[in-house]
Amino acid sequence: MSDLSDLYQEVILDHNRRPRNFHAIAGASHSAEGYNPLCGDRLTLYLKVDGDTIVDVSFEGAGCAISKASASMMTDALKGRSVADAHALFERFHRMVTTPPSEPVEDLGKLSSLAGVREFPVRVKCASLAWHTLKAALSREHRTSTE
Amino acid sequence: MPDKAATATEPSAQRSASGVEEPDRDGAAGRRAAAAPSARLDVARLREDFPILARTVNGKPLVYLDNAATTQKPRVVLDTIAAYYTDINANVHRGVHELSGRATDAYEGARERIRAFFNARSSHEIIYTRNATEGINLVAYSFVRPQLRAGDEVLITAMEHHSNIVPWQIVTDGTGATVKVAPVDDRGELQLDAFERLLSPRTRIAAVTHMSNALGTITPVREIVRLAHARGVPVLIDASQAAYHMRVDVQAIDCDFLVATGHKLYGPTGIGVLYGKEARLDAMPPFMGGGDMIASVTFDRSTWNVLPYKFEAGTPHIAGAIGLHAALDYIERVGFEAIGRHERELLEYGTQMLEAIDGVRLIGTARSKASILSFVMDGVHPHDIGTIVDREGVAIRTGHHCAQPVMERFGVPATARASLAMYNTRDELDALGRALRTVHEVFG
Repeated sequence: MSDLSDLYQEVILDHNRRPRNFHAIAGASHSAEGYNPLCGDRLTLYLKVDGDTIVDVSFEGAGCAISKASASMMTDALKGRSVADAHALFERFHRMVTTPPSEPVEDLGKLSSLAGVREFPVRVKCASLAWHTLKAALSREHRTSTE
Repeated sequence: MPDKAATATEPSAQRSASGVEEPDRDGAAGRRAAAAPSARLDVARLREDFPILARTVNGKPLVYLDNAATTQKPRVVLDTIAAYYTDINANVHRGVHELSGRATDAYEGARERIRAFFNARSSHEIIYTRNATEGINLVAYSFVRPQLRAGDEVLITAMEHHSNIVPWQIVTDGTGATVKVAPVDDRGELQLDAFERLLSPRTRIAAVTHMSNALGTITPVREIVRLAHARGVPVLIDASQAAYHMRVDVQAIDCDFLVATGHKLYGPTGIGVLYGKEARLDAMPPFMGGGDMIASVTFDRSTWNVLPYKFEAGTPHIAGAIGLHAALDYIERVGFEAIGRHERELLEYGTQMLEAIDGVRLIGTARSKASILSFVMDGVHPHDIGTIVDREGVAIRTGHHCAQPVMERFGVPATARASLAMYNTRDELDALGRALRTVHEVFG
């Protein structure tokens, strides 16, 4: 039960219940769809990048509490950051969730609440889905809005 | 009392018909647990036959409720496989030496066992495959594909496993032929009238599951075959799920083809069965080329071996076939009557238990169903359910169960699925119920 409460921390449950930035962005400059075929988690990420700054970011989709909370917290964390910062944060987050549970990890603020997935190897993908989708979205211009 | 009754029904239990000698302890509990005249299972004793059921997971006793994915193996299957490799390992259908002969006898003895299990007319009609998927692909490529013309149709149902969808999409692709889908209703029952209407003069095959892995629905296979044959349409039945819950008799069903997989029949992975009516199989070209499937080979041309070898290229899974033989012997010793009664009681108990939990909704409520409890919980994704109950030692499947169109039909991204086998108990379902209350606690 103790590692369960590490996984499902209150902040994660809160973001699952009330996901932040949970909508589409009309006129997004970048977007990508993330899909985990193993479990069916699916999300669409929208970014509005002005110059080098992420001025707005949001997501839509359906998934487990971990993938939803991770996407929600990621969008909170990215707003106002530079694209280079976003790439750097991807690396830091990735390192955090893939570090063995016995080893210490960098404090990433709210995002650190997701470090609990390390005890649940099959759930690491759930926590990473939004971040991989971010990378895909930033790697190319948004073609046409699906909205 | 159960001892004697069971032993009397299986006098040759000390030495399996595969020709592999079983150590004395093999299947002893299985014979004790096997059906008494009342056809009641002594489940506690039967569980002793399955070594893995004694282990713990996350510090809790294992509660294995993922049988629709694969069933656990009785010790007699494990020992039979070890005995094969220890005592008689040799390649089959080759050479004159003693061990090759014994391996061939055991391998062909298993085929005869499978024939009897499914009540095929001839063991020539039993083709070894890796699994049910390979059996469907074999029929798709060797039977259906050569006939396909633009405008032809393959008819499946809305509750098929991906293995009975994708091969048909692949072989029809680019031919102008199409895959038609018979709908299911809100309970998860096949709409037979719609199925009948979708049978057309252009239908080259109807490929239908006997039991849905995602919903538990048992389909009326005899009626399906009757309707299809009335229009000259051959039928393939996917018995992967049905075959370990109930007697599947290919002559009574009168299907043209039937597939099943060993690892759901309490046997090893990597061994499956394709049944085909002899006339059908005879008329089909080989699926794969190689050794064993030929009569003669020159660089100009080769000729094919007789059935069933025409469809068995290369060294087969000999140990798998022999292990499956032991598994089918085991099932028969316990008996489908006793298995069916026990599993029906559990299904009813589990259904009531789940319906009594707040926010739980069952997906798949067909009047005729078996051993599958697929469900969703308000506000909780199935993955989170799966992780939380796993911490309690309860193994269930979560996701789309390789049946994405079923999920779409019921408007859910995924379900949690508890699936039952002969060794499950009410206590285990209670453990699932307690674990689901933990889900409520976590998610509030």
